[in-house]
Amino acid sequence: MTMSTTGRPTSAGAPIAPSRPTISGDRGLDHEEPLLFELGRANLSGVDITPTQVSDERLCGLRRSAEIGLPGLSEPEVVRHYVRLSRMNYAIDAGLYPLGSCTMKHNPRLNEKVARLPGFADLHPLQPQQTAQGALALIAELMRWLTTLTGMPAVAMSPKAGAHGELCGLLAIRAAVASRGEHRPRVLVPSSAHGTNPATAALAGFLVDEVPAKDDGHVDADALESMLGPDVAAIMLTNPNTCGLFERRVVKIAEAVHKVGAYFYCDGANFNAIAGRVRPGDLGIDAMHINLHKTFSTPHGGGGPGAGPVVLSAALAAFAPLPLLVHEGGKFRLLEHNDQVTVDAKPFGRMCAFHGQMGMFVRALAYMLSHGGDGIRQASEDAVLAANYVLASLRDTLSAPFDGPCMHEALFDDSFLGGTGITTLDFAKAMIDEGYHPMTMYFPLVVHGAMLIEPTESESKESLDRFIYVMRTLAQEAKSGRIERFASAPHLAPRRRLDETRAARKPVLRWTPKRVSEAAE
Amino acid sequence: MRYLPLTQNDRRAMLAAIGAPDIDSLFRDVPKEAVVGRSDFDLADHSGELEVERILSRLAGRNVAAGTVPFFCGAGAYRHHIPAAVDHLIQRSEFLTSYTPYQPEIAQGTLQYLYEFQTQVALLTGMEVANASLYDGSTATSEAVLMAQRLTHRPKAVLSAGLHPHYSETVETLASLAGVVTREALGRDEDITHLIDRETACVVVQNPDVFGLIRDLRPIADAAHAKGALLVAVVTEIVSLGLLESPGAMGADIVAAEGQSLGNGLNFGGPYVGLFATRERFVRQMPGRLVGETVDAEGRRGFVLTLSTREQHIRREKATSNICTNSGLCCLAFTIHLALLGEQGFARLACANHARASALVGKLTAIQGVSMVTPSFFNEFTLKLPRPAASVVDALAARNILGGVPASRLFPNEPQARDLLIIAATEMTTEEDCDAFCVALGECLS
Amino acid sequence: MSEVRYTDQHEWVRVDGDVATVGITKFAAGQLGDVVYVELPESGRKVARGGEIAVVESVKAASEVYAPIGGEVSESNSSLGDDPSTINADPEGEGWFFRIKVGDRSELDKLMSEAQYAEFVRSL
Repeated sequence: MTMSTTGRPTSAGAPIAPSRPTISGDRGLDHEEPLLFELGRANLSGVDITPTQVSDERLCGLRRSAEIGLPGLSEPEVVRHYVRLSRMNYAIDAGLYPLGSCTMKHNPRLNEKVARLPGFADLHPLQPQQTAQGALALIAELMRWLTTLTGMPAVAMSPKAGAHGELCGLLAIRAAVASRGEHRPRVLVPSSAHGTNPATAALAGFLVDEVPAKDDGHVDADALESMLGPDVAAIMLTNPNTCGLFERRVVKIAEAVHKVGAYFYCDGANFNAIAGRVRPGDLGIDAMHINLHKTFSTPHGGGGPGAGPVVLSAALAAFAPLPLLVHEGGKFRLLEHNDQVTVDAKPFGRMCAFHGQMGMFVRALAYMLSHGGDGIRQASEDAVLAANYVLASLRDTLSAPFDGPCMHEALFDDSFLGGTGITTLDFAKAMIDEGYHPMTMYFPLVVHGAMLIEPTESESKESLDRFIYVMRTLAQEAKSGRIERFASAPHLAPRRRLDETRAARKPVLRWTPKRVSEAAE
Repeated sequence: MRYLPLTQNDRRAMLAAIGAPDIDSLFRDVPKEAVVGRSDFDLADHSGELEVERILSRLAGRNVAAGTVPFFCGAGAYRHHIPAAVDHLIQRSEFLTSYTPYQPEIAQGTLQYLYEFQTQVALLTGMEVANASLYDGSTATSEAVLMAQRLTHRPKAVLSAGLHPHYSETVETLASLAGVVTREALGRDEDITHLIDRETACVVVQNPDVFGLIRDLRPIADAAHAKGALLVAVVTEIVSLGLLESPGAMGADIVAAEGQSLGNGLNFGGPYVGLFATRERFVRQMPGRLVGETVDAEGRRGFVLTLSTREQHIRREKATSNICTNSGLCCLAFTIHLALLGEQGFARLACANHARASALVGKLTAIQGVSMVTPSFFNEFTLKLPRPAASVVDALAARNILGGVPASRLFPNEPQARDLLIIAATEMTTEEDCDAFCVALGECLS
Repeated sequence: MSEVRYTDQHEWVRVDGDVATVGITKFAAGQLGDVVYVELPESGRKVARGGEIAVVESVKAASEVYAPIGGEVSESNSSLGDDPSTINADPEGEGWFFRIKVGDRSELDKLMSEAQYAEFVRSL
């Protein structure tokens, strides 16, 4: 299996003099902001706590001997620090965020409100279960929505993110194979797969074989079937796939996989295309993680937290990890240990402490209740419509490697930039100057200079038209040799291009206090 | 529907521009037999905010929120006061609705706070370098074990008896794939160091442990290093580091911790934030995101994700981990809370916690039949009751007191855990709470 | 008289007597981008032809390096630790990775000449 072996320019480029320097170094509403450690002072705090004397008697002689070195700031300084930092970030609330496979849809504020209800937010995971019946009922209701939408009989709720869900699914498969007394060391993964797929398979102890893609962007189903055998535990397929296409032969693939006694893991990152219209269970999958932070709008939060519950087929349901949620005699109960579960349940273990990302469950259920079955279906349709609108509008100016229609994301490659000297990276950086976060770049790997655009259902037609206009115009300029917008872009963001080479060669991963002798010089 | 901006006219115009007769034609690759209609889903139609709030408030109302009763639960999740500014700041659009900082020029806000967070974690734990967070303390511990196995090329991990059982189980689920996990037995007489040999990659010790007991990690660190093994120190109550010696100062090679106590509420178990710190020379084997300092083309300081070649999107099946997210917003809440506290506030907070717990110990051990099991502790300790603790906790709950976590909930098969009650007290615990607890406990035990 | 041969994994090997020096080609270095880090083998390590022997990383990519011929590693280019940019500046000279005591000379015959490698690169 190949690692990603093709690099790209990562230095900052030739040095540039700042245009129109100001006295302060700030520019209008763009403020520079030092580090906390450069701002703080001793004996200052943004929290008032009465000092208490404590004796060493019960500290096992381990009272902290040295200062930690944390900076002290008042509340106004802290608030200003983080407000200024926030203003250096792009966000969905500020503009279209076309990251393919990330599903940057609107994050409803209602969800934030209900997640903060004390009855959810102020609950301890280990308080007596009879005092948390409402929370358990909520989890059960979310489980019902997830299993209904996917047409699967069971769901494991504890995984904390999509990749964690992938691991959960593969560990369930591993346990199922072991329970049959078989030895199946191999997992098949398409070349177009997201990196978490082979990484997870390797983590779960499998050998990874790569399945090639065909020229039309679909997985090579014939090659896949020829690679199946009694030593294969599972295939991992993303459907719709990372090229934005629905795998037409998915049902046949599932049949072939089951015929050799293997399992079908489906990466559910692209579920937003088909939720409410297609049930992955009907396609023959055995396990699928659902990214609540993608399809079900829980906020991306700058990189997390996520949640990755995994729906499971009847063949795998018995192996779901602890804890299990049951409903007996009118009460909900979490079964947290092997000897509490019924005879047919064979949990493979525990994915993490406690019960799962409750805060994200509340938000996801609020999304589902708000949209309803009709709204979820409409959202998927609008997501697919928007992506096709972008694809149809841009394919003549940019270059699309595959014939349409696409699902919820549109894939372009860099052939339209051929001969211009401009790369996908340059194009993306120019988009920043136009006020857009770039699309996903250089993924999937099966296409050269990939540009993967997922507008989602949250964009108005006006917003889409504006985006299309800007992209088309940028492409036209690139092709006609007007390269000023692209060379050393971005020009207008809070930072110019950053020297990633330097950051990797000489990693500086934290602030360090200057030594006293240095400070004295 | 309030979240969907496209009108019917828009949809018609877009279909026309695409040249598609209807929306179904865009789904033509879906096998006919797999297309389902609206009526195939037994799910209600959409609801307005009012109705959704009503439904969820009803569910929330069926729970006993910690703030409404005297509350003493810990065992891996702790109730602390979060300053109002924290929640306000994390809800700013640019923090809440931004993505992973892959385009650094327009993500300096996220990158800088992560760099500050990495620094704070390194300082707290007494280690040289920290990452930009993992999912939680338990998965951070598993990652630490995997990392130790990679670094030492040895298969065995020894888990101390005082490690939170959920953490041990998580480690076993994952790390047993790459090696062998040995758990020290509860209540054993000999020291854990006798379990360390030349096949041992690491020893995993939680401090304070799940019962609240504090111990000096230095002898264990020395014993591990003498055999070429690493010490993984686990901290589930990060506030303890405001008063106690850091794991780094005691010789830890990797620190895996739970950061929930700062900035993040109890939330019934998640989302939380995993802290991960280690020695500089191990940095290329460290999982998770890392933010590094650099400059831009104009020579201004800036921050970027770095050392990405460890990660899944480049190494794919040879990655150090499969992890793709960090804990983002939970991480931000942690760092803002700690920024507000500062050195002085954090130390005072820790002292207040220990003082509260110490006072409570005095009151509780005055009850007939109750004895103290953990002579040293931070803000959590364990009592031995004259009866099984689980039924006592249920009786207390019936009196509207959340009186701690019975050890049997975590150690269901250990007879010696049956009568043990794990109790936490923080700066949020009032004297009235403590008095009510003591009275009720006395009644339950008589 | 030293001769240089090439592999289809973009390694070069130059043999002087019974010591072979190995590195990655200009083409490979260009593909990777700015090199930031190399993992080099220890002296004494024995490797078979085609065995994975090193890893070279840029910011966005990582690539395994395979031994073009079998043998025992006699030394690695320690200067690359401080300054990996040498690999980009002079990949086929100062940017050498490691030296190997040649095991079986006949394995060299299986490798490409400079002209053959140039043709191979053109065909990619």
